[in-house]
Amino acid sequence: MSKLWFFKKGVKDGIPIFLGYLAVSFTFGIAAKNAGISVGEAVLISATNVTSAGQFAALDIIANSASFIEMAVTQFIINLRYSLMSSALSQKISHKMPFWHRFIMSFGVTDEIFALSANVEGKLSPFYSYGMMSVAIPGWTLGTLLGVISGSLLPQRALSALSVALYGMFIAIVVPPTRKSKILAGIVIVSMLLSFAFTKLPFLRDISSGFRIIILTIVIAGVASLLFPIKETENRGETTV
Amino acid sequence: MSINVLSYIVVMAGVTYLIRMLPFTLIRKEITNVYIKSFLYYVPFVTLSVMTFPAILNDTAGIWSGVAGFAVALILAFFGKSLIWVSISACVAVFITELIMY
Repeated sequence: MSKLWFFKKGVKDGIPIFLGYLAVSFTFGIAAKNAGISVGEAVLISATNVTSAGQFAALDIIANSASFIEMAVTQFIINLRYSLMSSALSQKISHKMPFWHRFIMSFGVTDEIFALSANVEGKLSPFYSYGMMSVAIPGWTLGTLLGVISGSLLPQRALSALSVALYGMFIAIVVPPTRKSKILAGIVIVSMLLSFAFTKLPFLRDISSGFRIIILTIVIAGVASLLFPIKETENRGETTV
Repeated sequence: MSINVLSYIVVMAGVTYLIRMLPFTLIRKEITNVYIKSFLYYVPFVTLSVMTFPAILNDTAGIWSGVAGFAVALILAFFGKSLIWVSISACVAVFITELIMY
C-alpha cells in the first residue's frame, strides 16, 4: 500500500476527529475571548499546542499573569499522559522508517490521533498520521477561530451533540476487541468504574483529570501486565490493538 | 499580539511538544521485556476508557442525553460498526434526546 493510500485513509478516519475538534475548540475560542486573549493569539495557541485541557488551563494562567514556571509545570502535569501514548506508539514504528518522521509524528500525539494510531494493525505508517493531522489540526484551529469571532455561530444544541463525537470514537475503538478477549473486557469495565469512582469519592475527586488519567493508566495497565502478560507467540513483536 | 502572551505560548507549546517528542525519539529499540510490552499494549484501552467515562455524561446539555449517546455508541461498537458510524450516531442520539427532553 502506497504512502498516498495511507494518507487518504488518515484523512478519512480523521473526519470524526475534525467534527469533535470543531465543537471542543469552538468552546475554547469562546473561553479565550472571555479571558481577554486576541483572535491571533488564540489561534496560535491552538495551532501550536493541539491539547484541550492544557489550553483551557493556560487561559487562567495568562489571564492571571502567573509565572512562566507555573505555566510550564501546569502543562507538564496536564499533558504528561501524552508521554505514555508516545511510548506506546514508539513500539508501532517500523525501524526502516527514516528517523525524522518521529519528530513530525510526535507533534500530532493527541488523545484522538493516538486512539486511531493504536487501533492500526501492525506497524503505523507516518503517512497515516499525517493524513489524520491534516484534518484534525485545521479543525482544531478553525473551531478556535470561529469561537473567538462568533460565540453564537453554532447553536448550543449542535455543540452539545458534537461534544460526544470524540467519545463515540473512543468507544468504537475499545469495545470491539472486548468481544474476543475477556481480559480486555475486564480492563475496559474496571477502567470506567474506577474513573467514575475517582470523580465521586472524597479526596480522589480533587485530583485533576490529567492526573486521574495518568494514575489509573499506570495502575490498571500495570496490574494487568503483571496478571496477564502477553506471550510473545500471541503477539509477534507487534502490538495490535 | 503582545510579547507577553507570545512568551506564554512559546513556553506551553515547548513543554507540550517535548512531552510528546522525547519518548517517541528516545525509545528507538523494540522493547522485548514481556511485562513492559504488555503494559504498553494495555495502555490505550485504559486511557481511552478513563477519558470516556464518566466525561461523556457530563459534557452534554443534560445527563440523560449523555446516557443516550453513551448507550448508542456502546451498542453499535459492540456490533462492530465503523468508527465514523458509531461517532455520528452518538451525536444524533444526543441531539434527538435533547430535542425531546430540554
